[in-house]
Amino acid sequence: MELFFADYFRELYDSTGWNFPFLYEQYEYDRMLEGIWVSCKLIVASLIFSLVVGITGAWAQGAESKIVRYLVAGYIQFFRNTPPFVQILFFYFVLGNLVPSYDAGGYQVGYIDSFGWAVISLGFFAGAFNTEIFRSGIEAVPESTVEAAEALGYTRFQSYLHIVFPLAFRVCLPALNNNLVNLLKTTTLAYGIAVPEMMYTANQIWSDNVNVSEMMIVLFIFYVGLVAILVFGMHKWEKKLKIPGYG
Amino acid sequence: MGTGRVMHDGAMSGVYEAKATDLPVLLPIAEKTRRAAFIERREGTYRLNMQPRHAVWVVALLALAIGTAQAATPEGLIGPIAAMWKWAGFILVGPEGAFTGFSLNLIISFFAMVIGSVAGAALGLMQISLLLPVRQGSWIVTQFFRNSPWLVLLFTIMLLFPFEIDLNPIGISMIIPVPDWMKAVIGFSLPVMANISEIVRGAVQSLPTGQWESAESLAFSRRQTLWMIILPQCVKRMIPPWINWYCILTMSTPICSIMGVEESVTYTAQALNAEGDRPELIPVFYGFLLFIHFVYTYPIARWSIQLEKKFAIKT
Repeated sequence: MELFFADYFRELYDSTGWNFPFLYEQYEYDRMLEGIWVSCKLIVASLIFSLVVGITGAWAQGAESKIVRYLVAGYIQFFRNTPPFVQILFFYFVLGNLVPSYDAGGYQVGYIDSFGWAVISLGFFAGAFNTEIFRSGIEAVPESTVEAAEALGYTRFQSYLHIVFPLAFRVCLPALNNNLVNLLKTTTLAYGIAVPEMMYTANQIWSDNVNVSEMMIVLFIFYVGLVAILVFGMHKWEKKLKIPGYG
Repeated sequence: MGTGRVMHDGAMSGVYEAKATDLPVLLPIAEKTRRAAFIERREGTYRLNMQPRHAVWVVALLALAIGTAQAATPEGLIGPIAAMWKWAGFILVGPEGAFTGFSLNLIISFFAMVIGSVAGAALGLMQISLLLPVRQGSWIVTQFFRNSPWLVLLFTIMLLFPFEIDLNPIGISMIIPVPDWMKAVIGFSLPVMANISEIVRGAVQSLPTGQWESAESLAFSRRQTLWMIILPQCVKRMIPPWINWYCILTMSTPICSIMGVEESVTYTAQALNAEGDRPELIPVFYGFLLFIHFVYTYPIARWSIQLEKKFAIKT
């Protein structure tokens, strides 16, 4: 099936030299869509993973055992103070070597591929920040509020669901948003271990078509646009969830 | 006319100042989190928080890697310490007189910081200009470079910047070559510029408007107010985030190894390759890399924390 806007962009190329092959060639179009899809998957997957890590970490930080608390603190400080790019390389090359692999027709393939390692390392990177954010959120809710809920006949779970969580979440939200935007920008580093995301696909397309400037514009539009949408949406959300009478 | 009223009184103001209330809903840590999030948003990055005990951890990690590698070294091959000793010079400064490897990371971060700071200060002052087009234009530039991923900016400069600049058309018979590392400097200075610009704007706006009004009542002109009253007070507030940015930048310079700039990560990979890609050496070499980065960044990050405490407004 021919793309309905193909003629326009082919003519644009002929008349001005602006070459957007993925808008008039089916093959490049599919490749581009695949890149965008992988990028979105990467962002969403590492985001979810980082939230899971954050919740687990915040819970572990309230543990009885001193050793567990020290380990979590060590984890946070390590990921906060080392470059995320080196973290990704470390996960992929060092831990990737330790994971069992299977024979994929002549060469060995690990059970966790580069996409998986990117999600894991980015998730742990952002998760370190999320752990601190969630912990401060939970700590911010006074004991007396929980007691008040108890006095009104809430069960422990109900008071957590209806009282503690909504308050803690509102405390976390601004910091969480910052971290989310940072994570979105950091996902481009997955390029370094050859995850076929947007950057990587754009690189393939400009290598085949020698249209670096056009692809760079597309990349900027994609990422700055994504960040802008995220920031806009989050601001709206923050305003909507503002605690009345607080701040 | 000429009042120093704060421009761009956007959605952010008032977000983090809590109003006094008789019924505190949340504990003080909520206020702390809110404030930290606000500062992080303005500074465009998180604060590094290095503590003395981290040094122990880094050394312990490196020792662990060396220990396991020692046990895993096959008969007849050199051990991890000997291998590290053999390649340490190469990873740190590259071949004789080349100033590559880790020293190139430092060179790139230094020049990117200088260029980024100067350009960022100018852009930040443009953001508080009284002329609307200047203000809006500089705001757009700042937001664009602040919100683009570093890798995209780096790729753009690396691939689109000319590899040499010919000065013949303007009458000077000279061709300036632009090596890859210089392009990396430019690529890194762009996000630094945008973030410094935002720090400058934030610092100016965080001063109480009373400073502007008092200056006006004493017949200071706008330029005088800015140079003699506002900016000197801002410098103190800007230094800790500025140093923090330098640390973040230094930590980010390994990204340019993706483009083949001959810095420490590139050389570590080459050294590993030369040793036959032995899997037990990989953690040792990357651990060493982490160690040298830590040794360099740690004192600077500590200094930033100390300055922050020293400059903190006493209430």
